[in-house]
Amino acid sequence: MSTEQTYDVAMVVNGVPQSATVPARRLLSDFLRHDLGLTGTHVGCEHGVCGCCTVLLDGEPIRSCLVFAVSLRGRAVTTVEGLAAADGTMSAVQQAFAECHALQCGFCTPGFLTTITAFLGDNLDPTEEEVVEAISGNLCRCTGYQNIVKATLRAAELRRTTARHRAEQ
Amino acid sequence: MTTKMFGAPIRRTEDPRLLTGRGGYLDDLGRGALAAAFVRSPHAHARVTDIDVTGALDVEGLIAVYTYEDLPERLAEALPALIPHPALHHPRTGYALARDEVNHVGEPVVMVVARDRYLAEDAAERIVVSYEMLPPVVGIPAALAAEHLVHDDVPGNVAAHLVQEVGDARAAIAAAPYRLELNLAVERSASTPMEGRGVYARWDLADESLRLYTSTQTSTSVRAAVASRLGLSPTKVEVVAPDVGGGFGVKIMHPWPEEFLVPWAAGLLGQEVKWTEDRREHFISSAHERGQLQTVRVGFDDDGHLLGLDVEIWHDNGAYTPYGIIVPIITATQLLGPYKPGSYRVEFSSLYTNTVIVTPYRGAGRPQGCFAMERTMDRIADELGLDRTVVRERNLIRPEEMPYDHQMTFQDGRPLIYDSGDLPETLRKIKALVGWDDFAAIQAEAQAQGRKIGIGIACYVEGTGVGPYEGGHVQVETSGRVLVSTGLTSQGQGHQTAFAQIVADELGVPMSDVTVTTGDTRRFGYAVGTFASRAAVMSGNAVALAARNVRDKALKVAGEALEVDVGDLELVDGVVRVKGSPDVSIELRTVAVLANPLRYAFDDSAKRATQFAVGNTAGPPIPEDEEPGLEGRDFYSPTQSTFANGMHAVVVETDPETAEIKILRYCVVHDCGNLINPMIVEGQVHGGVAQGVAGALYERMVYDGSGQLLNASFMDFLMPYASEMPKIEIDHLETPSPLNPLGIKGAGEAGVIPGMAVFAAAIEDAEGFRITQMPISPSELFHLRQLFAAGELEPVDRRHT
Repeated sequence: MSTEQTYDVAMVVNGVPQSATVPARRLLSDFLRHDLGLTGTHVGCEHGVCGCCTVLLDGEPIRSCLVFAVSLRGRAVTTVEGLAAADGTMSAVQQAFAECHALQCGFCTPGFLTTITAFLGDNLDPTEEEVVEAISGNLCRCTGYQNIVKATLRAAELRRTTARHRAEQ
Repeated sequence: MTTKMFGAPIRRTEDPRLLTGRGGYLDDLGRGALAAAFVRSPHAHARVTDIDVTGALDVEGLIAVYTYEDLPERLAEALPALIPHPALHHPRTGYALARDEVNHVGEPVVMVVARDRYLAEDAAERIVVSYEMLPPVVGIPAALAAEHLVHDDVPGNVAAHLVQEVGDARAAIAAAPYRLELNLAVERSASTPMEGRGVYARWDLADESLRLYTSTQTSTSVRAAVASRLGLSPTKVEVVAPDVGGGFGVKIMHPWPEEFLVPWAAGLLGQEVKWTEDRREHFISSAHERGQLQTVRVGFDDDGHLLGLDVEIWHDNGAYTPYGIIVPIITATQLLGPYKPGSYRVEFSSLYTNTVIVTPYRGAGRPQGCFAMERTMDRIADELGLDRTVVRERNLIRPEEMPYDHQMTFQDGRPLIYDSGDLPETLRKIKALVGWDDFAAIQAEAQAQGRKIGIGIACYVEGTGVGPYEGGHVQVETSGRVLVSTGLTSQGQGHQTAFAQIVADELGVPMSDVTVTTGDTRRFGYAVGTFASRAAVMSGNAVALAARNVRDKALKVAGEALEVDVGDLELVDGVVRVKGSPDVSIELRTVAVLANPLRYAFDDSAKRATQFAVGNTAGPPIPEDEEPGLEGRDFYSPTQSTFANGMHAVVVETDPETAEIKILRYCVVHDCGNLINPMIVEGQVHGGVAQGVAGALYERMVYDGSGQLLNASFMDFLMPYASEMPKIEIDHLETPSPLNPLGIKGAGEAGVIPGMAVFAAAIEDAEGFRITQMPISPSELFHLRQLFAAGELEPVDRRHT
C-alpha cells in the first residue's frame, strides 16, 4: 500500500506553539497524547459520548476524539495540563475538586475540569440545577457525581472570592 | 501531639497529580511502543475454517501477524481455570487466540502488531477469517432448554450445580401456615470503567527480564500467570499496575489473552508492544455480570417470621468459566442478608451461553441475592397486611445473637459467620432518615393530586475482606521519609491516602512524610488483589502491623542510643523521646541512620552510624535475630470475612402518562465498622449507589438471538450522567469488627447491592402491581401498566395496619 500522506500541523497548546507531522486522519486526542506527549487528556470511548477527552478550543469545550488535528491548524487548544497557573498553583476548579473529593480514579477528571472551567467562565454564580446541566455531557463511573456538583459550586465560590479581592485592590 | 489521622476526612494525596494531568494510566506509558490490535470473532458460535492474512501483508507499518498456529506450546494451552470448585464439574476456558471454535462475539482470533494503532487496525480489517456457523445459545431459557450446546462435551450447558441446605427447608415450607412462590429475573450489566483494559510490555533482552504494565486489580497474580506461561522465573517478571481508570471487578479477572500475547510478542520482536482496549472491545471481549433467573419458595407464620426458604437460581456464566462460580456462590450465601431464614435450601445451576464471560462486577452476585430476599420480604408483608419494615424487623438477627453462624460455606471456603452489627439500629436509622412512618400520608396527599409516588426499602449484609492475606512493608529512610508498600492494587479508592493515614498514626509522623505504593511487584511481591471490598481491611491492617514492627524497632534502637529502657520511650511527631522528659530525644530519621551500622560515611547523617562513632562495642553491630535498616514487614491473614451491613430507602415518582421514573429521595444507612477516612467512604457509597441506580433503571446488555450485543457503545448502553442521579442522603453506624486490629470492614461494594431491590419495591408501591424483573425502563413500566389494566398482572395487596 502507498505511504499515507502527512501534513504539518502547528497549533498553540496551553500557550505554547507546538507542531508535528501527522496523517489527515489523526484525531486531536491522539495528536495531543501520542504526538505531543500531553497524556493528561484521556480517551474513554472514541465516539464522543463520555467526555473524558474534552479540551478547550479557543476557550470552548470540544470532544478531541471527534475532530482531526489537521483541521485545527493555527488554533489555540487548552488541555488539563494548561489549567494551573504558570507557577503550578492549581486553578479554582482543580482546588475545589481536591477539597470536595470530586474524583476517584481520575480518568474522567480532565474532561470535567475543562468542561467546568469553560462553564464557570460564562457563569460566575450558577445554581445547582445549572451545574448539573453543565456537567451532564460527561460520564464518571466512580463518584456518582455528588461531589463533582459540590466541587463546581465550590469552584464558583472560590472564583467569586478571588474576583471580589481583585475588585477591592 | 500529632493530630490523629485515622477517622479524619483527610484530602487525598493522589489528587494534585491526577488533577493536573500528571497521572500515568496504561495508555499514557510507552510512547513509541509498537501497537497491537485484534481481529475478533463477529459470530457468537462458529468454527474457524480458514484465516487469510495476505491482504494485510502490504499494509504500511505492519510488523507481525499471529494466529493460534503461531503460539508456542504453553501459550497454546487453554487459558487457566482460576478458581476450581468441586461443584464446577465442567469448567471450560478459551484460548489466547481462537483454536478452532469461537464461543462469543469478541473472542480474539488474530493478533496484529504495527507501528501504531491506526496501522494495526488497517491491517486487522484486511485479514479474512472464514467461519462455519454453529447454532448460538443466547439467554438462560435457551441454555436450559439445551436444544443446542455451547460446548459439545458439556451436557445440558451446565457448568456447575451446587446445593447448600441448612435444616429441612422444604419440609418447613410444606408445614408452614403461609406459603408463597416468586419468579424473578435480573438482566446483564457490566463494570464499565472509564478506562478499559490495557497491557504494555518491555523487555530487558540482555537480562532476559520482562516488565509488564497492565490495567489490573491484581499485579502479583498476573505475574505468576505470565511467568508460568512464558516459562520465566517470577523473579524475571515485574508487573506494575499503573494508575488504573476504574475497575469495579472486571479487572480482577486475569490473565486475559492480551496479558499473555503482548509480552510474548514484545519478546519475539525485541521491541516494546502496547495494547489499549477500545470501548467496543471492552463491551464484547472483557466480562459482564448479573444475569440470573430465580425461583423463591418461602414458608412463614402469622407474624411474618421465616420458617423455610427454598431458592433455585439459574446463573448465566457466558461462554467460559475462567473465574469459576464465585458469583453464584455469593448470590446463594449473601441472599440471606440480615435475616434468619428458619431453614434454608439454595440450589444453583451455572449455565453456558454464547455470550461474553461473566465474572464479578461490584456487588458480585449480591445485588441479585438482595433482590430475591427483599422481594420476598415485601411479598410476605403484603400477604399478611403488615408494614414492610415490621416484617423485616421481626426477622433480623439481633445484636446479642452475634457472632451469627449461618452454618453455610462462604465464597472463601470459610464458614458464613457474621462477626458483628446492630441490624435493628440500622433499620431504625433508615426509617428515621427517610421518614418511613410519615410516608403513607405523603403518598395519600400525592395521590389526591393525581401523582404516583412510592417508597421502598432494601437491606443487605456484605461479607468483606476475604483472605487469604495481604502484606505491608514500611521503611523509614534516613531522610525521615516513610515508604509504605502493599501488593494489592488501586483503582481510585484512595489507598495512598488511607494507608498513609494508618501508618502516620502508628509511627507518629506527619502524613506528608508518608508515601504509599500499591500494585507494584518490584516493591511487594506477595499479594492477592483488590476485590470483595477487601483492600482497607486486608492491606489496612497489614500496613498497621508492619508499622507497629517498625515502631518497636525504632524504640529499641533509640533506647540503646539514649541508654534508656524501651518502656520509658514514646514516638511522637517523628521523634523518639523519654516519657515525661521530652528533651531527651532522638529524631526518627536519626534512628533510621543508627539502625543501619555503616563502614562508610557518604553524608553527615551517615557519620553517626560509622564504626568509630557508635558508642557500644560490646555486642555485634547488628544484634542477633535483627536486620539492618529501620523497616518492617507483616501480613494480615484473617480466619474469615468480616460482615458489613446497610439499608437503603428510595422514594420515586412515576409519571402517570409517560411512565418516566423520577427519584425524589435516596437514603443510605451504612455500617462498615471504623471509618479510616469518612470522606473516601462516602465517595465509595455515592459511586456504588450510582451503579445501583444504573442497574435498576438504565443498564442492560441487549443480546439478539444470534448473540450480537446490540448496544456495545456508550451511544446505546445507558450509563447515568449527573442528570440521572439523585442527591444521596447518608447516615453512618460504626460497629467495629472484632476480627481485625483496626476494627474495620469493607466499604467498596456496599452502595450498589440494594439498588435493584429498593427500586423494585418503590416502583411497586407507586404502581400497585408486582415488579419481578430488573432493570426496568419507562417503556417496560408502560407495558406493565397495560398488562395490569388487562388483568394480567397480580396487584399488590397493601393493607397497611
